[in-house]
Amino acid sequence: MTPIRIGNLVLRNPVLTASGTFGYGTEYADFVDFNRLGGIIVKGTTLYHREGNPYPRMAETPSGMLNAVGLQNKGVEHFANEIYPSICNLPTNVIVNVSGSTIDDYVAVAERIDSLDRIPAIELNISCPNVKQGGMAFGVTAEGAASVVREVRAAYHKTLIVKLSPNVTDIVSIARAVEDAGADSVSLINTLLGMAIDAEKRRPVLSTITGGLSGPAVKPIALRMVWQVAHAVHIPVVGLGGIMSGTDAIEFLLAGAKAVEVGTANFIDPAVTMHIVDEMEDYLRRHGMNGWDEVTML
Amino acid sequence: MKVLDLVVKESVAVSASTVRLVLAASDASVLPAVHPGQFVEVRIDETPDVLLRRPISIHDWCPSSGTIVLLVQRVGKGTTWLCSRREGDVVNVVMPLGNGFSLPSSIFNPSSSAFRPLLVGGGVGVAPLLLLGKELTRMGAEPTFLLGARTENDLLCLTRFEQAGRTLVSTENGGAGEKGLVTQHSVLEKEHFDFIYTCGPLPMMKAVARVARTKGIPCEASLENRMACGLGACLCCVEDTVDGNVCVCKEGPVFSTERLKWF
Repeated sequence: MTPIRIGNLVLRNPVLTASGTFGYGTEYADFVDFNRLGGIIVKGTTLYHREGNPYPRMAETPSGMLNAVGLQNKGVEHFANEIYPSICNLPTNVIVNVSGSTIDDYVAVAERIDSLDRIPAIELNISCPNVKQGGMAFGVTAEGAASVVREVRAAYHKTLIVKLSPNVTDIVSIARAVEDAGADSVSLINTLLGMAIDAEKRRPVLSTITGGLSGPAVKPIALRMVWQVAHAVHIPVVGLGGIMSGTDAIEFLLAGAKAVEVGTANFIDPAVTMHIVDEMEDYLRRHGMNGWDEVTML
Repeated sequence: MKVLDLVVKESVAVSASTVRLVLAASDASVLPAVHPGQFVEVRIDETPDVLLRRPISIHDWCPSSGTIVLLVQRVGKGTTWLCSRREGDVVNVVMPLGNGFSLPSSIFNPSSSAFRPLLVGGGVGVAPLLLLGKELTRMGAEPTFLLGARTENDLLCLTRFEQAGRTLVSTENGGAGEKGLVTQHSVLEKEHFDFIYTCGPLPMMKAVARVARTKGIPCEASLENRMACGLGACLCCVEDTVDGNVCVCKEGPVFSTERLKWF
């Protein structure tokens, strides 16, 4: 089957794992065959070590969950020296999610990742709702988003995917600004800002009060935004938000995405990506389709 | 680690709110080996309100019959679903997860006098101590169980503990064993123990850890922070330790209490 192209990135199938839900891949080694994944997007990486937010960081909600991890990671040098050597030979694309608080941080992390031969792409996270500075702040205005993407584009030479925030009034204008600033692709949606309250304790559940909502509850919003963005930009769109099954993933392709990311579902079934690939291939067969580009709306 | 469909062989209420579930693999050989203190993540089906799996510690394990046993306390929608499973129902689990309790081979010299650990459990937290006690006995140690509950009716599977080793009891109402909290039990003053393992409500475990620290006895506690993945991927269940935030699911659930910021 014809591979999928996202910039210079070549995917054997449309299924990627979403950042922050799949660790560094090795956590899932007992459950998945990496040869059957389009790629994995590893945990959000920042310039320096981050402890993340205090516990509790997670609240289960109807058909979803809120998280407020806050980009806990050991920094890009730790990634490059300690983690990269153990995952660079995985038989799939290993993509790094790059996060930061300032433009200089984003650029420094992107440059460091650029030097790692076996990382063919980064996903620039301008949409994390769980860090006080930066993160989503860049992603909620067209100007802010474009300014980060422009600087990173100048410093980073491989495929640049920019992850968009849904916590905006007009995601299309931000996607267009990101495209104009040189992104090779956009991925959407990051989590939706939400809140859970413990009525008995009369307190917010999360230590940070608010957090990012993911899971099946967000899928209709994600589909709508992917649809809007895919019809407004010329670069490929990667769709994510509540994908639990092959049918869910196909719906994102129908909405205009070239590839998808599976996130929260990995927590419920660690082998879910394998089932999703099976179900998507079965869909192609049932519909007499010969390639992923034939998955389009009538 | 595996994702397995297990079949319910027995589901028996052992208190007003707790069920003992025996789960069997289709073939004994597919059930992975279990270390005491490890847990399973159970998939909760049929209710859209419950998205995530529920972490439940392994109460007992029988490799020859390919079964594990869980003690499940009904506290919310997920555990209510699990408590209502009946013989023949299928329960999907990911197992075994986490690191269990340290065992004597790594913490004492078997050629010296018998290793005498104290296993302190409260409420449904007694669950992982049964398998631990059995394994300790098998290795030549002389474990003592100290089990706490509010009343005699809240003591779970007492006979099984008594069959597995010397068992002492504390109840808050004095209905069985000594009256009071486990940390007030006279055995702590009368006897010396080489090691303390504890699992139960957080205030109890903290009190046990303080006793252990005062007496200079090494202590391990099993935590149950709210989890999502159970694999160390989502970083939701972190505990603030002397080494920073670490995942309870992957680095725990059992920790040396010296690593925890409890004191």
